[in-house]
Amino acid sequence: MSVSKDQLIDFIYEEVRMLDEGRYDEWLALWLKDGHYWMPLDYNQTDPLNVTSLMYEDLFMLKLRVERLNGARTFSQKPKSRCHHVIQRPFVDEMDEAAGTFVTKTFMHYVETRLDEQFLLALTARHELALVDGKLRIANKRVDILNCDAAFRNIQLLP
Amino acid sequence: MGRYADNPAAIKALFRGNEVHRDVYIDQEIYKLEMKHLFANAWVFVGHESQTPNKGDYFSTQVGDQPVIQVRHSDGEVHVLHNRCPHKGTKIVIDRAGNTGKFFRCPYHAWSFKTDGCLLAIPLKKGYENTGFEKSDSGNGMKAVGEVRNYRGFIFCRLAETGISFEDYFGGSLSSIDNMVERSPAGRLEVAGPPLRYMHHCNWKMLVENQTDTCHPMVAHESSAGTAVKLWEELDMPEGTPLPPAMEIIAPFMSPYEFFENMGIRTWPNGHGHTGVHHSIHSNYSAIQGYMEKMVEAYGEEKAKAILNENRHNTVYFPNIMIKGPIQQLRVFIPLAADKTLVESYIYRLVDGPEQLTARTAMYNRMINAPTSIVGHDDLEMYERAQEGLQSDGMEWVNIQRLYEEDEDFSQEKVENGTTERQMRNQFDAWVKFMTADMNDVREAAE
Ligand code: FES
Ligand SMILES: [Fe+2]
Repeated sequence: MSVSKDQLIDFIYEEVRMLDEGRYDEWLALWLKDGHYWMPLDYNQTDPLNVTSLMYEDLFMLKLRVERLNGARTFSQKPKSRCHHVIQRPFVDEMDEAAGTFVTKTFMHYVETRLDEQFLLALTARHELALVDGKLRIANKRVDILNCDAAFRNIQLLP
Repeated sequence: MGRYADNPAAIKALFRGNEVHRDVYIDQEIYKLEMKHLFANAWVFVGHESQTPNKGDYFSTQVGDQPVIQVRHSDGEVHVLHNRCPHKGTKIVIDRAGNTGKFFRCPYHAWSFKTDGCLLAIPLKKGYENTGFEKSDSGNGMKAVGEVRNYRGFIFCRLAETGISFEDYFGGSLSSIDNMVERSPAGRLEVAGPPLRYMHHCNWKMLVENQTDTCHPMVAHESSAGTAVKLWEELDMPEGTPLPPAMEIIAPFMSPYEFFENMGIRTWPNGHGHTGVHHSIHSNYSAIQGYMEKMVEAYGEEKAKAILNENRHNTVYFPNIMIKGPIQQLRVFIPLAADKTLVESYIYRLVDGPEQLTARTAMYNRMINAPTSIVGHDDLEMYERAQEGLQSDGMEWVNIQRLYEEDEDFSQEKVENGTTERQMRNQFDAWVKFMTADMNDVREAAE
């Protein structure tokens, strides 16, 4: 089975829609088990391990993050946050049909809100995707925030 | 003039041993007075020397509400200067860090200064001839802070020209910095990357108090640490499976009250103190291969063991930093307003130590201290609810009475039950002392 450019682009649109609609179980199911969600702290950061990042989470940590959002004693989610992505058409930067691996880059605006506060982040998301058993999956995802060095308030959902 | 300026009796009345008045958290006049008195007369953390390793390297930050520059002068010493041009006030540097070469040059009218602040040159200087310029403050160049001390790489300053000495101010509490530094086989730390920056809409003291609040983790962090423990159990791993690093970090937050009671709290004079006298949430991290050998080589077996057996949890250096020796972290709580605090969380690498320890501290930092951290979300929620709740006129006093004893004496080092709120009271004792030390008494003067 092969994957078209359109299918890759649709996948990215579907993924952010899941996040915006809070369909986290479906979203977690997109991930390969060794994947990492990386959100660097520094502009053009190259090392996820030996300097601080905002996030560098494996599937266990992502599951924990998602599970916590619905916890009975998760006070910072009473009331709940909501989020909204506006994305540009993703660029397909790499297509290795033989290996079944793909890289996309997507520019987006991310809005998160809770109570009377709302903030906007400008993001660049880089997805490493893989075709496994006929399905596209997320192998790794890197999200760079344009003003990554600014002082943020809570970012509680997934940009 | 407000209620508190030049009124030491009113300041003293805000702390009555087991309670503190809400104005210390919500009153903007108190905030202004804290900047003028407390932050001017205390020794306040500026940065680490490894942030400015070479001559001309600078780093800009704030001491209280004062913009300052930490800079490495041509003689190799670290200086701390007010970040303000002596001409018309323009900030001399605006970026967070850089290298200025041999001198600073103001971007407005090109006055230039040596890296110790001395005036170097002014364009068209003859315009100041016979004007008495030499006698003006501006003629002296950029103003330095009152005093600077580089303690094992950590740069502290006192803004006021005169006052308490560094040694008298910190006393025995420096043992926590010693332990953190000595965990490096070379006896040196280096900053690893930029700090996390996290904005809180609450008073800075709430954050400082929380560093030794041992009765909140199992409650406020049940959502994050409790869920982590539950998810791990659901995985049903075979008996004896080692915890992954993330679980090693987060699971101890759910330790029972008894664990925290037994860990102990030590207080030192002038508002310093630490949790984790006997053990702490950092005690059971897995060993890193080869590290102990390096430590023994550097220090000998006995001393190496003594260094690594110390597992202090959080050490508060009053007024506004906390360090974690076992994982080489420092958090600074920068007060921006009565209800606004910027938290910057730094990590350091152990020179000649294993990289895995840097990776552990980086993981801890992003898991616990980041604006994206689920544990951070738990804490911020509590601080900000408190900041809002304190607006209530239903009650004016905040309770800090746990294990309180009458006539507590904070002038002596003391070790107590790990759930005492004595360290919070210790901070307020020091708060009153440094708020009123150089305050005029307007009512006395009028008499
Ligand atoms: S304001 Fe700096 S030279 Fe004029
Ligand atoms: Fe906490």
